[in-house]
Amino acid sequence: MVSTQPILSATGLTMEFRGFLAVKDVTLSVNEGTIHALIGPNGAGKTTVFNLLTKFLTPTRGQITFKGSDITGLKPAEVARLGLVRSFQISAVFPHLTVLDNVRVALQRPSGLATQFWRSSNALSALDERAMELIDAVNLSSYRNLTASELSYGRKRALEIATTLALDPAMLLLDEPMAGMGHEDIGRISDLIRRIAKNRTVLMVEHNLNVVADLCDRVTVLARGEILSDGSYDKVSQDPRVREAYMGTEHE
Amino acid sequence: MAVGTQYLAEQPKLRTSSLVLGAIAIAAMLAAPFFFYPVMLMSVLCFALFACAFNLLIGYVGLLSFGHAAFFGGAAYFTAHAAKVWGWDPLAAILLGVAGAAVMGLIIGFVAIRRQGIYFAMITLALSQMFAFICLQAPFTHGEDGIQGVPRGYLLGFIDLNQPLTMYYVTLAIFLFGFFAIWRIVNSPFGNILKAIRENEKRAVSLGYRVDRYKLGAFVMSAALAGMAGGTKAIVFQFATLTDVQWQMSGEVILMTLLGGIGTMVGPIVGAGLVIALQNYLAASDFPVTVLIGIIFVICVLLFRRGIVGEILELMRRKGKSAS
Ligand SMILES: Nc1ncnc2c1ncn2[C@@H]1O[C@H](COP(=O)(O)OP(=O)(O)O)[C@@H](O)[C@H]1O
Ligand SMILES: [Mg+2]
Repeated sequence: MVSTQPILSATGLTMEFRGFLAVKDVTLSVNEGTIHALIGPNGAGKTTVFNLLTKFLTPTRGQITFKGSDITGLKPAEVARLGLVRSFQISAVFPHLTVLDNVRVALQRPSGLATQFWRSSNALSALDERAMELIDAVNLSSYRNLTASELSYGRKRALEIATTLALDPAMLLLDEPMAGMGHEDIGRISDLIRRIAKNRTVLMVEHNLNVVADLCDRVTVLARGEILSDGSYDKVSQDPRVREAYMGTEHE
Repeated sequence: MAVGTQYLAEQPKLRTSSLVLGAIAIAAMLAAPFFFYPVMLMSVLCFALFACAFNLLIGYVGLLSFGHAAFFGGAAYFTAHAAKVWGWDPLAAILLGVAGAAVMGLIIGFVAIRRQGIYFAMITLALSQMFAFICLQAPFTHGEDGIQGVPRGYLLGFIDLNQPLTMYYVTLAIFLFGFFAIWRIVNSPFGNILKAIRENEKRAVSLGYRVDRYKLGAFVMSAALAGMAGGTKAIVFQFATLTDVQWQMSGEVILMTLLGGIGTMVGPIVGAGLVIALQNYLAASDFPVTVLIGIIFVICVLLFRRGIVGEILELMRRKGKSAS
């Protein structure tokens, strides 16, 4: 599955917040079918890069191409519809909906059950089987009727991944999917990411370098908004500039 | 697993109890004109529908419109004009009011929907005040006088609406139709997405939902239903005036909804009933009504933040939790 064909590429991506350059001239390409890590110290600009790639922010300069077409001018909902779906660093769930409903909301649009205002919401039970499969995959079956706000932090993240997977996207952008998780959860989510990446592309921000070494095919290191290094984990971890950047800042 | 079976067992009980309550409420509404003045009851029904329509937007999408008087009062003018000048059937005239309010909702909503929070409220207020100004100036609305002497006419050509009891039951039917339309929208696949947008808009966007279109759809539906209330009011009271399009009317519907309970199905009805009843019973007294309503409003906001119905539901929810 691992190919050298880029599915997502960005050239000269720059983001300026009132004179502050959060992202400087970032050129990045993610090959189809790979798990690609974006790492770097806190404040390096990783989340901002995610916001730019999914059009939650409009870049000051630069161009983004997904599956061969220019998506620089698109709105975030359109990017998601093309199959480039993100998760958020601060876990994004619908807090007062049940676990089952959270996943069903994601399934509603692809199934054409989102705009019907004249039908009973009982019609949504047609989505239950698929929703339960997704919930099973992240081990949340026994919590399916709890509201999302009642879940622990780790389980909220798991729910968010299940919701993202419900769209069956060609590419997932995961912003620190394992932050705040215990050892056991990290293992489970790593396995899940490996499984979902069998026929998808994943770009993820991750601080746990053991996970990155274990899971990712390629690593891009960002520091102060600029790309420091790019390549295999072994190559990147030998890079003296990377070592210096990590030493010089308050990394976990 | 245990959680699941408990949830499934709870559902039917909830349904039967609300069905029983609904049946009692409808029976009470059918019997009401034998105990109260039909005119006051019809006023309550029109404003209750207006408040329910407003609540569809604030309670289920989280958008505070400060311009809903434009749809309510605008529809009243359209209906009054069609019934009086063109001699339309009252039902057709009300439907014209609904359609007119929906078109206005599309225009005002299109401009306002991209703004958030207080800016949304301010834009809707500004646009509705512009409409109120048009109503003051336009020839067909007859300025300060409004459209007076609107005939109630014969519904479908043969049901005489000049009979107070007949008028009441037609108003009740329109109210129930509007109420169930709102209930259906809220509990539909579309309503589910509205709730998701209210809960976490960014997440809804990231799942590919064009949230502006959903909000605009809800806005137009809310405007159309507010128009249904306004059009009906014009037929019931046989006039349409500036009072119904001015910002005070937008404020009144906010007050009714807040008092009864935002985001509850029956809260706006209770709120409307309370405000109208107070206005009616206090109209004869020397005490200024607006001051008293203001005082009640302040007390309610301080004592029950969720509104009257909202607080009762919360109490029942807590009791249910501690009992199980
Ligand atoms: N909306 C914003 N406005 C102003 N500055 C921002 C905004 N978003 C991020 N930044 C700044 O950009 C820098 C990069 O932030 P971020 O992308 O969140 O870093 P990371 O995810 O790598 O920790 C930080 O200095 C942050 O303060
Ligand atoms: Mg970040």
